[in-house]
Amino acid sequence: MSDLFVLAISCIFINNILLAQFLGQCPFLGTSKKMETAVGMSMAVVFVLVMSGIITWIVDVYLLKALDIEYLRTVAFILVIASLVQFVEMFLKKSIPALYAGLGIFLPLITTNCAVMGVCLININEEYTFLQAVIASFAYAIGFGLALILFAGVRERVDLGRVPKPLQDTSIGLVTAGIIALTFMSFKGMV
Amino acid sequence: MAQSLAKEFTKGLWTELPPFRLVLGLCPVLAVTKSVENGIGMGVATTFVLVCSNLLVSLLRNIIPAKVRIACFIVIIATFVTIVELLMQAYAYPLFLKLGIFIPLIVVNCIVLGRSEAFASKNGPIMSVADGLGIGIGFTLSLGALGAVREFLGNGTLTIWEGLPVFSMGPDFLPFRFMLEAPGAFVGLGLMLFLMNLIPQK
Repeated sequence: MSDLFVLAISCIFINNILLAQFLGQCPFLGTSKKMETAVGMSMAVVFVLVMSGIITWIVDVYLLKALDIEYLRTVAFILVIASLVQFVEMFLKKSIPALYAGLGIFLPLITTNCAVMGVCLININEEYTFLQAVIASFAYAIGFGLALILFAGVRERVDLGRVPKPLQDTSIGLVTAGIIALTFMSFKGMV
Repeated sequence: MAQSLAKEFTKGLWTELPPFRLVLGLCPVLAVTKSVENGIGMGVATTFVLVCSNLLVSLLRNIIPAKVRIACFIVIIATFVTIVELLMQAYAYPLFLKLGIFIPLIVVNCIVLGRSEAFASKNGPIMSVADGLGIGIGFTLSLGALGAVREFLGNGTLTIWEGLPVFSMGPDFLPFRFMLEAPGAFVGLGLMLFLMNLIPQK
């Protein structure tokens, strides 16, 4: 039990998916200009990441490894994620329209979010058990949301300052992200 | 014809230089640029996928139904990524280990899908190959440049290939380790973007 807790903490803070593993940078810079979009994106990622983490683990163990066709992993995983996102989108549109309106355009964008694919591959590479894979997927997603929302908050404040023209927008955004990554480095050695 | 071909090729080298001008596909840019070697290796792998998938998408552009085109593009890209993975395992295993999960993650690199959707699905095969090659070389050079900055400041060396230090500052050099860590990647890329913005665009 304490092992799982340690795993969760290390996935959220120490191996933070955005700031330490560099996965999912496009939404990190693209949706962090406003707090609202950052929250929407984080929720969509939590939702999809946990589901795809579970499904790809099952597919890998009971389909790819069982049939000895592991070289098809990349193709299989991207198909699972793409169809899952489609399915989730249709399901939410029909049954939970409020949540669908909230997540809106972020859902289709998640298909090409390498954070999702990345976590699925990490789960397999680290040879996690089913329970560990579920916890890790959830913790990585929480870490994603945490970093994205913190970053959006800082970025809104930076926008109010007078930034020199060549440094504006993405450039100052990247430097800001670097400073946030520096603060996250202090979690190293905690576990 | 030749003129427009050259235009498609060169736009990837400056006006649409992928990581800087388009701000797409940043994950590998930040993650694998600890050294020049890794950066260029990643760039070459991405270029291969980009050129091959652009060619195939452009050849099949009239057959693929518009409604399921994204799914078709992804399958085509994933196929070439698998080929790259297997080739690297056979011929460049140490590099494959260093790049780790970022090789399979070329599938979800927005640049590759972006070129299929924005260019190859609307243009002929020769133009698409030129476009893929231009963008790919631009991407490789950017990765190499960022890798050079980070490796030089963080380690005091510049390595082009395994075990062949082309340039070294020697033992007296005090390395700026920050550049090799995660924050250094963000700050390094941000400052390079800043320097590029200083040069006025036409």
